[in-house]
Amino acid sequence: MSSAAAAPLRPGAGVGARVVPGRPSTFTVYRWELRKLVSQKRTYMGFGLAVLLPLIFVVSQLIRGHAPRGADSIFASEIFQSGLATPVLMLTFLAPFFLPLIAALVAGDIVAAEDSNGTLKTILTRSVDRGQVFAAKAAAAMTYGVLAVYLSAAVATVAGVSAWGFHSVRTLSGTTVSAQKALLLVFAANGCFLIPLLAVVAIGVLLSTVTRNSAAAIVGTLGVTLILAIVSQIPGLEGLHPYLLTTQYFAWQGLLRTPTDWAPILHSLWVCALYAVPALFAGYLVFLRRDVAGG
Amino acid sequence: MSHDEAPPVRARGLVKRYDDVLAVDHIDLNVRAGDVYGFLGPNGAGKTTTLRMALGLITPTEGVVELFGRDPLREGARALDGVAGFVEAPRFYPYLTGRKNLELLAALDGGGAAERIDEVLEIVELAPRAIHRVGGYSHGMRQRLGIAAALLRRPRLLILDEPATGLDPAGMRDMRTLIRRLAGDGITVLLSSHQLPEVQELCDRVAIVDSGRVVYEGALAELRRQGGAGYRLRTSDDRRALELAAEQHGIDGAHADEHGLSFQADEHDVGGLSLALGRADIAILSLTPELATLEDLFFRLTEDHRPAPAPPLSPSDGRAGAGEIVQAR
Repeated sequence: MSSAAAAPLRPGAGVGARVVPGRPSTFTVYRWELRKLVSQKRTYMGFGLAVLLPLIFVVSQLIRGHAPRGADSIFASEIFQSGLATPVLMLTFLAPFFLPLIAALVAGDIVAAEDSNGTLKTILTRSVDRGQVFAAKAAAAMTYGVLAVYLSAAVATVAGVSAWGFHSVRTLSGTTVSAQKALLLVFAANGCFLIPLLAVVAIGVLLSTVTRNSAAAIVGTLGVTLILAIVSQIPGLEGLHPYLLTTQYFAWQGLLRTPTDWAPILHSLWVCALYAVPALFAGYLVFLRRDVAGG
Repeated sequence: MSHDEAPPVRARGLVKRYDDVLAVDHIDLNVRAGDVYGFLGPNGAGKTTTLRMALGLITPTEGVVELFGRDPLREGARALDGVAGFVEAPRFYPYLTGRKNLELLAALDGGGAAERIDEVLEIVELAPRAIHRVGGYSHGMRQRLGIAAALLRRPRLLILDEPATGLDPAGMRDMRTLIRRLAGDGITVLLSSHQLPEVQELCDRVAIVDSGRVVYEGALAELRRQGGAGYRLRTSDDRRALELAAEQHGIDGAHADEHGLSFQADEHDVGGLSLALGRADIAILSLTPELATLEDLFFRLTEDHRPAPAPPLSPSDGRAGAGEIVQAR
């Protein structure tokens, strides 16, 4: 057992540690985590992907000029009828890989980069407890994931509406909803997708804390989602499907049925919690106990 | 004892083991308020590991270290109240300006730290460069920014790990001036270094570590007194004087070179030798006491203490107390 693992927890070092007057709050640490993200070029790589992919899709469809034949998604056949089908179709495309990739870019880096640059020891010798730093970092990584998803959705919506208009759209049940309601559903569907995405972020933060290596943590986070995706394809393991994180990537589709099917969304909530909570708790414990000798 | 009265640094039985490697082996330290305390040792002696434990960055395998009576392991950031410094080179966010880095750290300090940014930038003479990104700073500028970041906390204890490493001579001089000035302001300084002139110039008390163990802790003057009872003698006949010295009771390590004779002895035995030289019709041209330099003592303690310290440094049993040389265990 490593000395770090065997070390006792630091009482008073937790997130809920007593706030001494004049000491910074966890929110202050979180705000600075965001400012650090804003100042780094790599932050914009993920946002760039989130913006570019919907634009490429819309431009390519405009050039193509007709709906794809034999499209297996109802929204694929709908995109030329309403621009509001575009963000839904993009969410279907981006949910299994690209959005988790974008989230992993920051989540996997957020602790490991500071460890290898030596700045972790700089901030841990100030007046903030380790728990506060971990909480702020996890929250900042989650904020980034949320922003990336909604940025992608916003770009897809604006580009789709610009190309094909703000019209009513057909749902997965075949009923038609007004453009206003469809816009609301786009927003809500992306919100539901955040449930599994935040679980991916939690896994990324854990790996970032444990591996102390940004590349390993980012690749590891994607590796976890890819392995789960592969497991979902293995015959005989169908019984596992409802409990796989990758299955939850599409729980938002329940919102696009009439009446709304809440069951997959509620199921997604607790299944994702089973991934996210232990990951965050383990990351928190490792962060509290670890030796900081990097840089 | 209140936290205000507790010593700035008190370590007892500090051990750090990495698998089979014993990096720190039962180190005791006592830094008193107002000390400029030199923490000396060759590379790999365990200095940085000890400082990391003191700042709560790594967990001791055994033992305890307290800063003003508080254990960073048990009390977290609260134990660092009144404490600042850096271990190894100070690290900053290269994509932020010097000022932004200080703003970030001030935010993590709370209190009125942010209001002191201009003041500390002036102290380290970085104000004109504070608008530039740290990524473009020289090593010396980063070191100075490290001091500025430490001063934001209005420390009562400043822990500096090799602050002059990598600096050019002018930078080293400026760093020493700055440390002397801070010590003059009443800040206790724990200065880890392997630059002996720096320690000799700045420090009043030292701990010398080797292979993870303290081989001396106490006043620098006492160390030099213990190790420095040497004399240099020039006579009208150095060859015969050397023969006499070798026969004389209490004269140790006598040897001759082109500058005359060198030996270690106490005052009484020096008197005996001078009388013997007079009886042998050998004229004494000069007899001067020589204090050993810190460098001499350092090498004697860190290279020659195995299996026993070289004379005249007499080893004592047990742990290093004030002015004690600790025998290798």
